[in-house]
Amino acid sequence: MTSAPAVDRRQYAAASTQSVVPPESVAAESLSVTFNDVGRAFDGRTVLRNVSLTVTPGEVVAILGSSGCGKSTLLRAVGGLDEGFTGDIVIGDSPVTRYDERTAVGFQEPRLLPWRSIRKNVELGLPRDLSKSEGQSRVDELLELVGLAERAHLRPREISGGMAQRASLARALARQPGVLLLDEPFGALDALTRLKMQDLLLDVHAKTGTTVLLVTHDVNEALQLADRILLLGGRGTATAEGATVKSLVSVPGIRPRDRAATDLAQLRSELYAGLGVSSR
Amino acid sequence: MSFDVVLERLPEINQAMLETFAMIGVAIPLAVLLGTPLGIWLWSHAPAGLKPTPKSHAVVSALVNMVRSFPFLILLIAIIPFTRLIVGTSVGTAAVIVPLTINAIPYFARLVEQNITQLGTGAVEASRAMGATRGQIIRNVLLVDAKPAIIGSITITTVSFISYSAMSGLVGGGGIGDLAIRYGYYRYETETMVVACVLMVILVTVVQYGGTRAARWTDKRVSA
Repeated sequence: MTSAPAVDRRQYAAASTQSVVPPESVAAESLSVTFNDVGRAFDGRTVLRNVSLTVTPGEVVAILGSSGCGKSTLLRAVGGLDEGFTGDIVIGDSPVTRYDERTAVGFQEPRLLPWRSIRKNVELGLPRDLSKSEGQSRVDELLELVGLAERAHLRPREISGGMAQRASLARALARQPGVLLLDEPFGALDALTRLKMQDLLLDVHAKTGTTVLLVTHDVNEALQLADRILLLGGRGTATAEGATVKSLVSVPGIRPRDRAATDLAQLRSELYAGLGVSSR
Repeated sequence: MSFDVVLERLPEINQAMLETFAMIGVAIPLAVLLGTPLGIWLWSHAPAGLKPTPKSHAVVSALVNMVRSFPFLILLIAIIPFTRLIVGTSVGTAAVIVPLTINAIPYFARLVEQNITQLGTGAVEASRAMGATRGQIIRNVLLVDAKPAIIGSITITTVSFISYSAMSGLVGGGGIGDLAIRYGYYRYETETMVVACVLMVILVTVVQYGGTRAARWTDKRVSA
């Protein structure tokens, strides 16, 4: 917990410059995200309150919390999918706008259009001001990046759930988001596929350098991927007053982390305790 | 039961079938053409829609309900001045097409609204998050996804209005349903009524069969 997350990221980015594929066009200008006393109530019932946090450009922050604590609500607010929040959310140097085009969202379900091929689905994510040839070469690179180049002509129902989720990730990356918002993107996948997707996300992050906000309920996933972990929850059991920042911890070590590493055990049990689960 | 009388009625039966085809063939395409945008409008301007405008939505929705609640016979008579304005006459097949269309537009619009409402919100939200405009979402997501359901709605509307068209006799509109009433019921030619009804059953069956096939054929989720 002593190492600064920004240093981690730079070391990791430096290591990745030796990568064989340096796709210039998929690299994003990563942006910071600042939460200032953010809260959200639905019909008078407070779900979130007093969330303040600054995410530095290029950082990966995992948002951890038990079901229904407002993780997704917070993420949707950053993407401009929900305007009912209180407080301020600033991306880069200006406040978040409706369906903010500086962000891209990856949902828990792939949400692909079933009647379009994988390639056509990824194309949907391209910014509209892009020329056709630029768009095509960017889609090529993204399909290559997520390992779907050979299956680009297939329809969503002809590929596996993991592949669909990879296509969804490629679609989100197509607009070169300054902030990538992922809402339990691997939650519906089987355990083995989930691990592979985590590795893929790290690979993507190394190449694009985009800021990532990742909502998850999986402590191990958060430890594996994040620079910092934001634990949301209520005080004790009194969640009636809404969830807020319970703790914000930096994850030590440099990615890719060893999944079997024992030095994270202490942090892991602290996080489990914070979620109200015994790690034993 | 002797069907000799039916043979004598064959020219009238032919004529009546053509009149029915004309009524349905004009009213239904017009209803689809005008009812689809109205249905999309009703959905997207609803309080929870893509572009909520609750006040104008309430007004349009009330108008749609009003037209739909009119008994067809009353509507047929009530809009006679309008019918005369459009087709220049208030009797005959052309004159029936006007009230049929007026009645079918809100009917079909409600079905389209329902078809779109029943689609999941996931793809729409994902599209909005990717910066798609409302027009793109309607054209590329909603209408494509709802296509099989909308074809089903066209089938339902056609079948309903084959039945409605039987009331056209009131203004001399003709049609096979009207023939069943005039010859079969008023003139006690039971055989003619039976034949006319059988023809209507066949017509409805063919429409329903074709509609179901078309809906299945366009359903990309199944046949991809």
